Amino acid sequence: MSEVTGGVEVEEEIGGTVKKFMFVNRKAPYGTIYALEGLEVVLISAAFDQDVSLVFLDDGVYQLKKGQHTKAVDMKNFSPTYRALEGYDIDKLYVEKESLEERGLTADDLVVDVEVLTAEEIAKLMAEQDVVLSF
Amino acid sequence: MLHTVNKSPFQTRNLESCLRHALPGSAVLLIEDGVYAALQDTPFADMVRKAMEQVRFYVLGPDLEARGMEPSKVIDGIEVVDYGGFVDLTVEYGTVQSWL
Amino acid sequence: MKFGILVNEGPFQHQAADTAYHFIKAALDRGHEVHRVFFYHDGVNNANKLSEPQQDDRNVVHRWSKLAEEHGIDLVVCVAAALRRGIKDEILAPGFRISGLGQLVESGIQADRLVVFGD
Repeated sequence: MSEVTGGVEVEEEIGGTVKKFMFVNRKAPYGTIYALEGLEVVLISAAFDQDVSLVFLDDGVYQLKKGQHTKAVDMKNFSPTYRALEGYDIDKLYVEKESLEERGLTADDLVVDVEVLTAEEIAKLMAEQDVVLSF
Repeated sequence: MLHTVNKSPFQTRNLESCLRHALPGSAVLLIEDGVYAALQDTPFADMVRKAMEQVRFYVLGPDLEARGMEPSKVIDGIEVVDYGGFVDLTVEYGTVQSWL
Repeated sequence: MKFGILVNEGPFQHQAADTAYHFIKAALDRGHEVHRVFFYHDGVNNANKLSEPQQDDRNVVHRWSKLAEEHGIDLVVCVAAALRRGIKDEILAPGFRISGLGQLVESGIQADRLVVFGD
């Protein structure tokens, strides 16, 4: 564990502090590395027992699109990882309604069960956070 | 909450997305190429003025200066701040969301 | 107030590292504490001591090292992002160390504000 958490002894050092962390995903996958490396931070955050939520808005909703096949571009298809998040106790996944609609997508097009929220609901959720990390 | 935008509104929709999520009482700070959105004579000025009815706007002076933009050309009501002012805004408004 | 900083872009390519630096200097001038700067994505390139900018330009890498030396700021380079990009211990500038992403999450927990600079 200390290798993945960067030598931080999780149990000792956080001493019960639980903060609200929000990861804001606004970029499409593959075109840039932000989505993939952003997801790596999310996975690590699970080890710290924080109150973690993920929001997908703007081109970030494309990260969750079903049917990604990356063989021909020879890049790692990381979309199945979103389905594994539940196993890490990360189950607050929110997708913005407006962003989906603009792109002609619905929740059925996504690889994982999410809660669809309006921009205003996401704004309110964002305002409640202690830490917002955007990738 | 403090929102920062560092892209020109001519190039990306980050400012628009930011404004969609900036609640009344929060603040927007324009930095780097985001400072172009603070100018009076762009197609985005009306959107900014409308947002200013509910959200405070700030622009980073050193980034304006670096780009040859005069403070006199900034939309009335947008406050020009330096890096120290940027720090003060993060203290005052709490959590920071960078619209990258 | 205690600040944590995240830098997501490399030096020179993007202004993010410059803005982060000036923000940190201003925070220190105002008596705040900056406990850690975490370098992620191409931001790991900020730690490359082989960087040689032209004489009349700012030296982004040296500037970070000086900040660490003078103010005891912890400069942490993400190991996974660094390995991908060939940033290893043997080319780390003074003041930087390579560690895991947990250091970023920990910074978010410990700091009063975590401020992200990127593209």
